[in-house]
Amino acid sequence: MTSVMIDTGNYIAAKAAVMACPDVVAAYPITPQTTLVEGIAKYLGTGEFKGEYICVESEHSAMAACIGSSATGVRTFTGTSSHGLLLMHEMLHWAALARLPVIMCNINRVVGPGWNIWADENDSISQRDTGWIQFYCSSNQEIFDTVLQAFKLGEHEDVSLPVMISYNAFILSHTSMPVFVPNQKDIDDFLPKRVAKWKLEVENPITFGNIILPHEYEKVRKEMQDAQNNAKKLIPIIANDWKKRFGRFHGDLLEYYKCDKADYILLSMGAIGAESKVAIDNLQKNGHKVGLARIRVIRPFPTEEILKLSKKADLIVIDRNISVGNEGAIFNEIKGALYGKSDSTVYGFIAGLGGKDVTFGDIEKMCRKAIEGKVKDHQVWYGFEEV
Amino acid sequence: MTSRNLVEIVFHGRGGQGAVTAANLLVAAALNDGNKGVQAFPFFGAERRGAPVRAFARISEEEIHLRSEIYEPDIVIVLDESIMDIVDVLKGLKKNGKILINTRKNPKEFDFSNKFDVATVDATGIALKHDILVGGIPVVNTPILGSIPKLLDRVTLKSIQKTIKEKWKGDLSQKNVKATQDAFDQVEVKS
Repeated sequence: MTSVMIDTGNYIAAKAAVMACPDVVAAYPITPQTTLVEGIAKYLGTGEFKGEYICVESEHSAMAACIGSSATGVRTFTGTSSHGLLLMHEMLHWAALARLPVIMCNINRVVGPGWNIWADENDSISQRDTGWIQFYCSSNQEIFDTVLQAFKLGEHEDVSLPVMISYNAFILSHTSMPVFVPNQKDIDDFLPKRVAKWKLEVENPITFGNIILPHEYEKVRKEMQDAQNNAKKLIPIIANDWKKRFGRFHGDLLEYYKCDKADYILLSMGAIGAESKVAIDNLQKNGHKVGLARIRVIRPFPTEEILKLSKKADLIVIDRNISVGNEGAIFNEIKGALYGKSDSTVYGFIAGLGGKDVTFGDIEKMCRKAIEGKVKDHQVWYGFEEV
Repeated sequence: MTSRNLVEIVFHGRGGQGAVTAANLLVAAALNDGNKGVQAFPFFGAERRGAPVRAFARISEEEIHLRSEIYEPDIVIVLDESIMDIVDVLKGLKKNGKILINTRKNPKEFDFSNKFDVATVDATGIALKHDILVGGIPVVNTPILGSIPKLLDRVTLKSIQKTIKEKWKGDLSQKNVKATQDAFDQVEVKS
């Protein structure tokens, strides 16, 4: 039995998190994540959330509490946004290096100053090197499904890494959309109780995070990389298992939309990734052979999948972020993935920073410029340069 | 160019009038009426009580992929008539678009009634009649929902009332349901 719930991205994320039956949630409120925390508090009040909610004094403490909790082998969840995520930075590295599967929603919001609460992906993009697995969602249904899939993935013994599920401020966090919600029993069958390989126990004392010598530490890093590669194999398996059980699928590492016979593939993510589908429909109606590969996961990076796309098509990339001093992070990483293995041209656009609305019309315009050869092989700031 | 069966609605009101709640209730009712794709969202800005605010709703028979704001609505709903002095509520309204205004005036009194389908209803009067007040101020967002099925056959009064009953219980629920019935009966539509 599935029911339909209509609510905002944050309340949907809270519902999914509570249905994962976490033992501990520790979080600190920040706009636009606040209603996610309120949602969990509401379920604490109704008794649907049976775990422990730890009030903390900052995001750094929130992640520290999650690390402590997860180290005892129990299921742990939190959520944050923007400056909250950045205040966690040290602890993000810690959670990943300690191989603790903390699951966290991050509502993508601008980093200040200037003060701004709207959508922008620089917050989580700047945390790419912390070792966390990173998903980006484009609908409330995808948020619900991905939160539950993230627990399964992060807690898998071949992964044992924390997972961040990002979605755009307001555009998803505060927009109501209908979501299919499976019943608790079916979720429990999909996601049984966490079984930790090692944990902090009073009866069986061990030490975590002790001093280790260089060659041992290097092994720790190598094993994290291996775990990310394992995640790359497991993400499609878990997504397909979910599809088999619940009938919904948002793609694996990428979501392919009308890519058959395409000479150009647009790569975008988050809310722009959803809006891109409307642009692709319109472009194809007008005879342009352009398809969409919406990026769902950037850590692990879908190198092989993008390389495969580049064998048949040139690529157009939209970044809602900028690695200042270089270029958009996704544009940069895609070119790295192709280096020496593909002759495909990659066109890059920066768009939607600071929450600037990106419409299907804007996306069509960017694609047309690339297709018509009017963009040189470098990254263009949409609305600033010739486009 | 977007899906042909898509209906896009913009609510104009003042902070505290419940434009966002109205948009949410409307799409929940639309979902109940079998519209598979629905979306409701606020204007993403700093909201202050009394300041002009907007809320948006999309209703479609299929999944909605749009995530951008609504620039060319099919329907505009004005919760507070006085807002029309300071906000161009007709901005972007489609050629054959409709506008529903909370006012005591009749549609012909608006000079744009020759260009658009204008509908009027005294939602404030209805709220006062049913004693739907918050802090002494009449709440118009739920009553006015009752007029919408007269402009948009994709949403039924029955579903709007069902949605209200699910959100509120007891006396408050009953008062709002009766108010939507009045708004349905009393709305004047000029096309």
